[in-house]
Amino acid sequence: MQADKRARFDNYVVGSANRLAVAAAHAVADAPGAVYNPLFIYSSSGLGKTHLIHAVANQATSRHPDMSIEYVPLEDFVEQLHAAIATGEMDRFKQRYGRVDVLLLDDMQFLTGRRETQSELLRLLNSLQGGKRQIVMTSDRPPAEISDVDERLIQKLSGGLIVDIGTPDYETRVAILRAKCDEKGVSFEPGVIEELARVEFSNVRELQGALNRLAAAQVVDGTLTPSQVAALVGAPAPAPASSPSAAKQDEFFSFLTDMASAVAAQIEPWKVRVGEAVAFWNGEGFRTGPLERLMVEKNPPANWEALVRGFAQAVEQLRELEQQVCTVDPGLGGSDLFRDPERLTEAAAFVERALAGAVPPAGPQAAFARRAFEESPSNQMAVRAADAVIAEPGHRYNPLFLAGPSGVGKTHLLNAIGNELARGGGANFRVACVGAQLFIDELIAALQDGTIDRFRARYRAADALLIDDVQFVGGKERTQDELFHVFNHFHSAGKQLVFVSDVAPKQIEGLEERLRSRFEGGLVAELSAPDRTLREKLFGRFLADARVPTTPELLSYLAERSATSVRELIGTVHRICAAADSSGGPLTLPIARQTLEPASATATTPPTSVRQAADSFFLDDEKIVWEWPDASGRLVEELR
Amino acid sequence: MSLVNYATREITCKIVYYGPGRSGKTTNLHYIYGQVPEDRKGKMVSLATQTDRTLFFDFLPLDLGSISGFTTKFQLYTVPGQVYYQATRRLVLQGADGVVFVADSQSRQLDENIESFQDLHANLAEQGVDPRVMPIVVQYNKQDLPKELILSVAELSDAINFRDSPEFPADALHGPGVFETLRGISEQVLRRLSAAGASPGTAAGAGTK
Repeated sequence: MQADKRARFDNYVVGSANRLAVAAAHAVADAPGAVYNPLFIYSSSGLGKTHLIHAVANQATSRHPDMSIEYVPLEDFVEQLHAAIATGEMDRFKQRYGRVDVLLLDDMQFLTGRRETQSELLRLLNSLQGGKRQIVMTSDRPPAEISDVDERLIQKLSGGLIVDIGTPDYETRVAILRAKCDEKGVSFEPGVIEELARVEFSNVRELQGALNRLAAAQVVDGTLTPSQVAALVGAPAPAPASSPSAAKQDEFFSFLTDMASAVAAQIEPWKVRVGEAVAFWNGEGFRTGPLERLMVEKNPPANWEALVRGFAQAVEQLRELEQQVCTVDPGLGGSDLFRDPERLTEAAAFVERALAGAVPPAGPQAAFARRAFEESPSNQMAVRAADAVIAEPGHRYNPLFLAGPSGVGKTHLLNAIGNELARGGGANFRVACVGAQLFIDELIAALQDGTIDRFRARYRAADALLIDDVQFVGGKERTQDELFHVFNHFHSAGKQLVFVSDVAPKQIEGLEERLRSRFEGGLVAELSAPDRTLREKLFGRFLADARVPTTPELLSYLAERSATSVRELIGTVHRICAAADSSGGPLTLPIARQTLEPASATATTPPTSVRQAADSFFLDDEKIVWEWPDASGRLVEELR
Repeated sequence: MSLVNYATREITCKIVYYGPGRSGKTTNLHYIYGQVPEDRKGKMVSLATQTDRTLFFDFLPLDLGSISGFTTKFQLYTVPGQVYYQATRRLVLQGADGVVFVADSQSRQLDENIESFQDLHANLAEQGVDPRVMPIVVQYNKQDLPKELILSVAELSDAINFRDSPEFPADALHGPGVFETLRGISEQVLRRLSAAGASPGTAAGAGTK
């Protein structure tokens, strides 16, 4: 948008109420980007903000014809932004504003509540300021009082100079009225203007309106006298005493402004640019060795601009590296290395080492595939829940808690979920799938080495966390504490959690209430011993895997036999296969029956004493030697 | 003293207020000091006798903040005006980047003004500084006194300002003319920045012909 050519500094009446603002605006128009950046001018409506910002635009245009100067009321800016988003031309929008040298934004108070405009503006201001381009803004209130604006943006707006324009004093009002009379070519009796100026109007527009009324009245009624003024425009009020302290500061500030212009005009422009870059990056906390060396050069090296740009790029790279290293270990960020662009390569190597040293938590084991997991009434709920989790990680059941006795396929299902999540999530989707014991061991090691931050960061960097045998955390306070925080981190970030335990959360001994309630907050799904359907399916699969031909009768016979776990089924398959091998023929029902039901029927049931003595963990039949060869006789013999 | 230090990005200007005794040099500094906002005020150092005459010198550091990336500092000094403090005057004058000559407008002080102005030239010459390239402005102080006691600016200019330096009428006690003078000398000094910056290390006063 074009600035109004009629609004210039020379027709802007300067008084004590606006002297500071005018001085600052002058300085900015003379040397854009050198002083007061951003310049924020505020005043209530009708006191000349817009005239002033137009004057800056006009003066900057005439002083620096090569510069790109953009005046835009905020409303237009918002409209352009919306149009750019609607037509998918954000890039062009960014380019357009990204290359202006002086950006003048009017009516900033309309930022209220416009989140996307705020974030786009923040980005734009950052990039413009980084390039030392001038920003001038106006508003009807100071930045901090514009409601519902991002705190960072407010800080950005307040970062330069904030000046206000007050209501004009009597002398200024007289001067304004005289200027307006000249402009309109009207004249009044001596004393009329002064009488009008005595009325305390809250803004210049009202003053102008009153002048217009007088001019109109004069056309109708003939020449006015001072005594008629009050009646025509309302009761006069006493003029306020202008504050002496404001006038006092003016003298120094106007001196300061003049000096700023003088310095900016005298120092070679390239040194100014380099100097500003040094000051800026120093302020951001970076070392500026290369730029400082550039400053003492007498003549500008041909590539000085490239050097300054290169420096900014190096800083960007350092910031990225620092972010990367923080994902591994927040304690490594903030290192001096990331503050000196001259040590960029060193920093890059450092980050590489840190990343290499940080092994992500173990993932799921590939051997456990989801499709190899058979569904049946005994595990249906768990499998369906697992499928729901795979389809929508973090949404349906978070956490999913799988409980069931040993050997029913919990670990298989857990790893299968992990594999599917990793497959569905893409290359950068990290699934941590660990046993609780490993989690505890790593935590203890981290506590010993003092690398607890790294431990946390490793786990928190994962996109899904699957923990096997979570019952082991019972009674371990510190582990539960860590798990509690990890849990909260994952849960609040909407990342999937799956736990597996041999008992339901309620029955885990020594589990803190806060964890128990969290475990139960999603879905607790039970897996029970394989039922007949599952047994038949599994026998069929296992025997097929072993390339042993089967008959329906054989499978039906095998499935009829009860079993407490899948492991037991595998043991049975091994036994009958071995028996068939030793008989030299194919596996038949009789061989199976003979192997599984030896002549003495009592032999299949272990002695009650053994059963009682056996730990429930070892209750799998195939793991236990049930038939001791006459143990009592042998013991007697050995004792002799 | 080099005016611009590109390595530390500092601009430092030393400005010396010179003139006969009781012409109002310290008053100039006091007025400036009073206008500086609190947060930019350095400490004004004044070594005065019991009767408030400047014994040694006044020193007022002015921090103008960062301008175009350069930390800009002004150091304002006054010399003691009385004839017998010759040595101090030379010391203070050393390394000055600009001189404000404060003349007393009273007619009866004319001879002192002329004598002091010649003294300034002699001291500059003694330090190897060519007075023709040294930025100098002349201030005719006490212009607020009754007309019958003082000389007009034109008369004073004829009598003192033979080099045609920029001149400013002033009333240092109440302020008019004080900042105009400071602005005048500062602009002259800063105009020499590019020349001084091109040859850092040369005494600022020496300059080029």
